[in-house]
Amino acid sequence: MDFHRPETLKDAPTHYCPGCGHGIVHRLVAEVIDELGIRQRTIGTAPVGCAVLLYDYFNCDIIECAHGRPPAVATGIKRMLPDRILFTYQGDGDLAAIGTAETIHAANRGENITVIFVNNAIYGMTGGQMAPTTMIGQWSTTTPDGRGQYAEGGPIKVCEMLSALDGVCYLERVSVSSPKDVMNARKAIKKAFENQIAEKGFSLVEVLSMCPTDWKLPPEKAMDFVNEKMKKVFPLGVYKDRSGGRHE
Amino acid sequence: MAKIKFYAERCKGCGLCVLVCPHGNIRMSTELNETGHPYAVLVDPARCTHCALCGRMCPDMAIEIDDPKTSKKDKSGKPRE
Ligand SMILES: Cc1ncc(C[n+]2csc(CCOP(=O)(O)OP(=O)(O)O)c2C)c(N)n1
Ligand code: SF4
Ligand code: SF4
Repeated sequence: MDFHRPETLKDAPTHYCPGCGHGIVHRLVAEVIDELGIRQRTIGTAPVGCAVLLYDYFNCDIIECAHGRPPAVATGIKRMLPDRILFTYQGDGDLAAIGTAETIHAANRGENITVIFVNNAIYGMTGGQMAPTTMIGQWSTTTPDGRGQYAEGGPIKVCEMLSALDGVCYLERVSVSSPKDVMNARKAIKKAFENQIAEKGFSLVEVLSMCPTDWKLPPEKAMDFVNEKMKKVFPLGVYKDRSGGRHE
Repeated sequence: MAKIKFYAERCKGCGLCVLVCPHGNIRMSTELNETGHPYAVLVDPARCTHCALCGRMCPDMAIEIDDPKTSKKDKSGKPRE
C-alpha cells in the first residue's frame, strides 16, 4: 500500500501534543483535497483553538478567523467567489460555544460550505476547561467534580441539533480512534467536499478526536476513552443526508 | 518491493502505531530523538505487510510507504494517468 504525505499538507512538524487527533484529521482533509484535485481553489477558514496555526500546515489558502466565526467568514468568501471550495475547521469550543450563532445560522441558510468539526469534549488550547461537549461526569479544570446536569447542563450534540434544520444537506459523526474509524472518517469528509462541489449545500462532519493532554491520559488510554465513553454519548453515524448520492 | 520508512525526527512517541500494527512489528526506541521523544522503530522489515494501518493512525506523518504496485507516481516521480 503506497502511503505518502498528501500534497495539501506542508512538510512541517506540528505543534500538537503526542497522540492528538488533530494531526490525523488534518491528514484526512488534505488527502481528500488531493484526491478531488481542488487544492488550487480551496480556502480553509481556521478557528481559535489548538488548530489556530492551520496556515502553517495546509498547503492551500487559509484564513484565520475570530473565535467561532469560520462559518461566517466562509459564507462571505463563498458568496463572493462561488467557484472556490470553502472548508471550516473548528473545535467544539469554537463551533458550539462562542460560535454557536454562526454555526446554526450558516447551517440554517444552507450555505454551500464544508464544516470539519473536531469534537474532543474539552477546551484543548486553553488547558482543559469544560466545553459544550464535555460529558456528564467528565472532569475538566472548570468542572473538578465532573460536569453536572443541574449546574452545567448536558453535552450539546451538534449533529442531532442541526439535523432539525431544513437548510442542512449532510451531517455525519465519525471518529479517529481506530484505523477502521479513520477510514470511515475519510469517506465522510470526502462526501462533505463532494456535496459542495455538486452545490448541494451545507455539510458537516463531526470527528470524535483524542486530547490526551487535557484528559490527563496517555495516548492509548485516550483512544479507549473515545471508543468506550465518547461513542456512547455521541453515537457515530449519518444524521442527515439529502445529497441524494450514495457513499462512495 | 515495497518499503516502509519511519521518520524518527518527526515522531512524538505517542505509540498509536505500536497499538494498531496487526503483527506487533513496531516498538518504541529506548533512546530519545532531537525533540526529546522516544520514536517508533520497525522490528522486522520482513514481517511488514505494508498494510499502512500504522501510517493511517500516525498523527504526525512520521511513517511513509513506497509501494511501486499501488503508487500513483511513476519511477521518475511524475503522476501516472
Ligand atoms: C474571544 C475569545 N474568547 C476566548 C478565547 C480563549 N480561547 C482560546 S481557544 C478556546 C477554546 C478552544 O477549544 P476548542 O474550540 O474545543 O478547540 P481545541 O483547542 O480543543 O482544539 C478559548 C476559549 C479567545 N482566544 N478569544
Ligand atoms: S491540548 Fe489537546 S487538542 Fe490541543 S494539541 Fe494537545 S492533545 Fe491536541
Ligand atoms: S505497514 Fe502494517 S504490518 Fe507494516 S509496520 Fe505498519 S501496521 Fe505493521
